[in-house]
Amino acid sequence: MTKIVEKHSLIKRCTHWMNVALLCLMIWSGILIYWANDIYIVIPNEFARALNINQRLAEGMAWHFFIMWGFVLNGLVYLAYLVCSGDWRFSNYNKIQKIAYTAVIIMAIWAVLSGLAIYKPVTLGWLTKILGGYEAARFQHFLMMCGFVIFIPIHVIQVLRAGWNNFRSMVAGYEIEK
Amino acid sequence: MKLKNRLIISLACFTLFFTLVIVAVNLIKSGEKIERSPVILRKTLMFNERLWSKLFPPKNLSLERPSPPKGKLPRVNGRIGLETAPDVANYKIIVESPDKKITLPLSAIYATAKIGYSTEFRCIEGWSEDMQFAGARFSDFLDFYKLGRKSDGTYYNYVGLETPDRKYYVSIDMASMLHPQTLLAYEMNHSELRALNGAPLRLAIPIKYGYKSLKRVGKIIFSDTRPPDYWVEYGYDWYAGL
Repeated sequence: MTKIVEKHSLIKRCTHWMNVALLCLMIWSGILIYWANDIYIVIPNEFARALNINQRLAEGMAWHFFIMWGFVLNGLVYLAYLVCSGDWRFSNYNKIQKIAYTAVIIMAIWAVLSGLAIYKPVTLGWLTKILGGYEAARFQHFLMMCGFVIFIPIHVIQVLRAGWNNFRSMVAGYEIEK
Repeated sequence: MKLKNRLIISLACFTLFFTLVIVAVNLIKSGEKIERSPVILRKTLMFNERLWSKLFPPKNLSLERPSPPKGKLPRVNGRIGLETAPDVANYKIIVESPDKKITLPLSAIYATAKIGYSTEFRCIEGWSEDMQFAGARFSDFLDFYKLGRKSDGTYYNYVGLETPDRKYYVSIDMASMLHPQTLLAYEMNHSELRALNGAPLRLAIPIKYGYKSLKRVGKIIFSDTRPPDYWVEYGYDWYAGL
């Protein structure tokens, strides 16, 4: 006897896949910006040339400050949904998943706040100060990006291991229980 | 069967979405540009500018930072317009507006009170450094020489600045130029300006990215239309407000 379970609502699926595109574009444009002053992890020249991420600071900034709107708006819709629907309890996840998914939401919020702190360090000087100053905020912003870059492959591997049924639930919404 | 249809529709939407994203990104990249920035990105930069300058007119001070010790050499970045040695002995500052053009000697800059502060200098590349600046507050300079205003008493919208050889040039909104920390500086880190930091006179505007703090001011322009800006022509944001 198989049972059809509605797992992910339409709004959750839409914001999830929207976020995949937006986050990828934020990381890509962020790296174009980071290249101009790569102080935390040095990007080797050959590597930068091979990936075509060198000499593109202006382009990176223009993209970053364009996509940021989508990233923040989409994130707000997702957060509003989580709170209103009660989904934030992540009822059908195990403990490790709960920790990982909660952490990634906190990272996203932190990425936005530290981003604002380095985007407007005079206008939002109070925020920059709370985060420990301009340089500290820039480092935190970089760290959050690293966090996403680590999270994404782990998340993808987990989904691959869980199989088609799991992936399908994030696309079509339902899962088949046997 | 119903479930199968739902899966097919969902997968189609999923594929379509990511295809559209890739197509859209490539269309934006290859499409028309305004000053080397794709139209929609440039328009968003201008939208961000309007939003931030309306919501938060430039009033906040860039926070005071510990002063670097006297003689600490400030970081040098960018030598455009500074390739030859400055002619300090015969240095002149040209001030131009649609209705008049005057020439001031360098000494004119000492007519107003010397203002100094120490704050973070932030480069658009990502680095920052605590720097001390001292010089004439730009708004004091305007008041003293009765500059920057039209015949009806209102300010011009923009200020343009150029190096004497006109190889480097910036333009800035008047509100930011009237900010109390905007200086025509002749001192950095408690020492006389060095040639590569813009001797004998440079702009210091810590509420903008460093590329707006033009070194070696040869000409000041007042205008209601935006004067050209070197880095904006390479795709950078014009406002650059922090």
